[in-house]
Amino acid sequence: MATTTAPPQTKSRSLLSRPTALDGFKGYLATTDHKKIGIMYFWSVLVFFFFGGVASWVIRAQLAVAENTLVNEEIYNQAFTLHGLTMIFLVVMPLGAAFFNYLIPLQIGARDVAFPRLNAFSFWTFLFGGLFLYSSLFFQAVPNGGWFGYAPLSTQIPGNNMAFYAVGLQIVGIASLSAAVNFITTILNMRAPGMEFMRMPVFIWMSLITNFLLLFALPIIAAALFMLNGDVVFGTQFFQPATGGDPILWQHLFWLFGHPEVYIMILPAMGIVSEVMPTFSRKPLFGYTAMVFAGVAIGFIGFGVWAHHMFTSAVGPIGRVAFGMTTMFIAVPTGIKIFNWVFTMWGGKVRFTPAMLFSVGFVSMFTIGGLSGVTHAIVPHDAQQTDTYWVVAHFHYVLFGGALFGLVSGIYYWFPKVTGKLLDETLGKWHFWTWLIGFNLTFGPMHMSGLLGQPRRTAVLPAELGPDVVLYNRLSTAGVAVLTISALIFLSNLITSLRSGEASGDDPWDARTLEWMTPSPTPYVNFHEIPTVTARDEFWERKYAEAEDGVVRPVPAGASQDHGDPAPVGDTATVEGTGNANAVPDDIAVTEDVALAKVTSDDHGGNPDAAGDAEHHIHMPDPSYWPLISCVGFIPLGYGLAFASPTLIALGALWLLIGMFGWILEPVAEGDDDYDPDVVHA
Amino acid sequence: MADTATEATSDVAVENDHHEPTPREYVQIAAALAVMTAMEFSTYFIDFGLLSTPLLLVLMAIKFVMIAGFFMHLKFDTRVFRQLMLLGLGGALTLYLAATLALHEFPAGTGLG
Amino acid sequence: MSAAVEETSMGIDNRKLGMWVFLGSEFMFFGAFITAYLLYLNTTAGGPDGEIFDIVYTSISSFVLLMSSLTMVLAHNAHVHGDMRRMRLWILATALQGLVFVGGQAYEFTKFVNEGLVPTGSPFASAFFVLTGFHGVHVTVGVILLLGLWSYSHTGKVKSDQPLKTEIIGLYWHFVDIIWVIIFVVVYLIPWG
Repeated sequence: MATTTAPPQTKSRSLLSRPTALDGFKGYLATTDHKKIGIMYFWSVLVFFFFGGVASWVIRAQLAVAENTLVNEEIYNQAFTLHGLTMIFLVVMPLGAAFFNYLIPLQIGARDVAFPRLNAFSFWTFLFGGLFLYSSLFFQAVPNGGWFGYAPLSTQIPGNNMAFYAVGLQIVGIASLSAAVNFITTILNMRAPGMEFMRMPVFIWMSLITNFLLLFALPIIAAALFMLNGDVVFGTQFFQPATGGDPILWQHLFWLFGHPEVYIMILPAMGIVSEVMPTFSRKPLFGYTAMVFAGVAIGFIGFGVWAHHMFTSAVGPIGRVAFGMTTMFIAVPTGIKIFNWVFTMWGGKVRFTPAMLFSVGFVSMFTIGGLSGVTHAIVPHDAQQTDTYWVVAHFHYVLFGGALFGLVSGIYYWFPKVTGKLLDETLGKWHFWTWLIGFNLTFGPMHMSGLLGQPRRTAVLPAELGPDVVLYNRLSTAGVAVLTISALIFLSNLITSLRSGEASGDDPWDARTLEWMTPSPTPYVNFHEIPTVTARDEFWERKYAEAEDGVVRPVPAGASQDHGDPAPVGDTATVEGTGNANAVPDDIAVTEDVALAKVTSDDHGGNPDAAGDAEHHIHMPDPSYWPLISCVGFIPLGYGLAFASPTLIALGALWLLIGMFGWILEPVAEGDDDYDPDVVHA
Repeated sequence: MADTATEATSDVAVENDHHEPTPREYVQIAAALAVMTAMEFSTYFIDFGLLSTPLLLVLMAIKFVMIAGFFMHLKFDTRVFRQLMLLGLGGALTLYLAATLALHEFPAGTGLG
Repeated sequence: MSAAVEETSMGIDNRKLGMWVFLGSEFMFFGAFITAYLLYLNTTAGGPDGEIFDIVYTSISSFVLLMSSLTMVLAHNAHVHGDMRRMRLWILATALQGLVFVGGQAYEFTKFVNEGLVPTGSPFASAFFVLTGFHGVHVTVGVILLLGLWSYSHTGKVKSDQPLKTEIIGLYWHFVDIIWVIIFVVVYLIPWG
């Protein structure tokens, strides 16, 4: 396991010097390492998932019985609003971010992202935003206007509840927007030599598309939230009918963001599944090019369907026809992807590890959700279905059955990469089956109760809907109990495997992409030597090649890293130990000037203390406290915007400004004062 | 200071700004922008009738292109930057035009609220 | 990370690429406010409408902002040629013009409030103030960045062979100018009737 030590001092240290310590708690506070940041996102998500789940218990407990009086309408409204906000903005999106953070540099063969401190800033901003949103509990002002915050209702509810909504989402939006700039720059500009666009893993493609969606959708909701904030707290008249304000303006702006938002949630999971399935089918992904173009198409068309959330609002017949059509169109690239996943498995040597099970679950559950989605594209159908539980069923099938299944698949798949250990396979299978059963038990019946007329967002289940609807609701509530048990199984698997899981080795799945070339757990520098890429599925090509007789055979250890020459017929070399082209040879040293993880002689026989050979000088980004320090400014700024306090707003803005300057000014730990002549006037 | 990207990695050849405008040329461009601004300003005094709006939009577009092309260097830089700008601009124009059309189908204050 | 540019996939500096990516998103941000403004052109709740604008005054301040783009680009040009004295001069000129613009807006807003156009008065007023106000905030941030650049070119943090830093701030500045080119026409000049 890599350990870290502080470097010998090359200049006198003061309070304002760049930190160099990487261990312990301080190491996390000041980290700019994409891997640590990804891990922090992950654990934050687990905590928020718990709270989002608690909100769902409140909902399901209330709806388990008709005409229930367990909670009043106010509490119920808060419960479903907080549930939606949490699951979307504090679970699915940041879980996607966790994967972006950990994997993007590794899969493109880079050592970190383009802007490591901005990366840390994104995480801390997300955390502060989520905490800000939840702090509304202490003010007894939990958002209660639905996650979609329809104005003018959301602007007229007494209290500051929707101010917390507007400001909290604004803050997490800033986190995602800065991350999008970071990841787009990283993917475009920091790929390893030879990694052309059409050699990138599909996960990278989906990440690139998702981050472009974030880049262009988030500013729209940012503008809308400022308008909402204005109306709720400062008295502006953007959405007030009394002065001529138009509620439809909110709806357009919200859904212009809100629809790309759902593709933002699903595309990373699609990317993950596109990595998992080929590995566990021992076949390349079927139709790589189609997958890429379908993803791009989904991204573009995804911006063109937003008013299908508004078919029953005042958009007019032309609008309905247009958006009905675009909504049908988007099913095509989505369907292409489904077929390609199925064809990937077809004829392959399939291994049903938990990761694979969850991916198969993704494909099937997402398809069901997609089918109910297509019914929404048909405008007269939608007029009947809207605001019923049919819609709730649909989006949970695509978001839970889709996005969450896919993301969990990724957790099982990459857990060994992050920790060097395996999640227990038996517990994993128990997790899968209880998750699948619990999920279908919870959300399956909602199709039926929706068609029978159960309205959404309604605290009291009307008895007049009949005993069938009551039965379906009871089944849903029972399903949540099963899901809770399933989550506990997963949690216990996670914790016990972290403590005492079986060692995985570097490449436990015999996988295809670059991240598996490097040791597991991943070394601090990611790759001791950046690989040169000559093909798609580069790692697989290095391990295996087709010999003259057409049979695929493993390439013997030590074969050319660049060409992966096939073994002669009859060679029986195994892949064990060959996969890691990144084992540290003795003569590659790592400098002491910059704080670095040092590879101990235990695992790779490297020589950690050799003085730096200039040619092998690996410069890693220094840690920094400034991202965290800057983010603290969101506290006064946020409360100032929520409570109309100009003083707090000014204080927060000033803090952020000071933070920005501290950030710009801090020196590099090496003491070369950020000297960076522009070699190319690019 | 000119340099080119390595062959193995670069997807786009770096176009060096061998046509980087001189300060004199920059001033000429600024003068053109000033003249166009004066023309825009003149519409306040001179009634161009139905031509007013198209004229203003055209002038605005020309100014946009000149600032983006010369001052922001898009004319001379690698096309990636131009593509990024066009993606954002094009997306914004398309989406907001569609939203504006949809919004104006039912103008505010028609009693539908 | 500012890796040597030759080592990047596209042969460009990360920071410049990052700035362009960010600017692409800003079109979406301002577009939303412009859309709201266009919707509410005539929704004045009995209060003042676009007649309240002082076109002569605004044209002058628009001209100032436009010329600040010239001084910005001259500053960058000076930096490229290593002439830090000139660079500082032009940066200061740019910042000053930006301040004049923002000051002019502050004065204009105060005048409007006194004449009965308040942000809380009508959808038209809210849309106007928030759109132009956010633009003004962007200019202010730009001025702060420029003053920072000016000051660090003294201390050696910004060196004579690092024109990229000036270029990137320039990109932001020109973008803010472009947005005003659009706002000036769409809000102030076009006779929407």
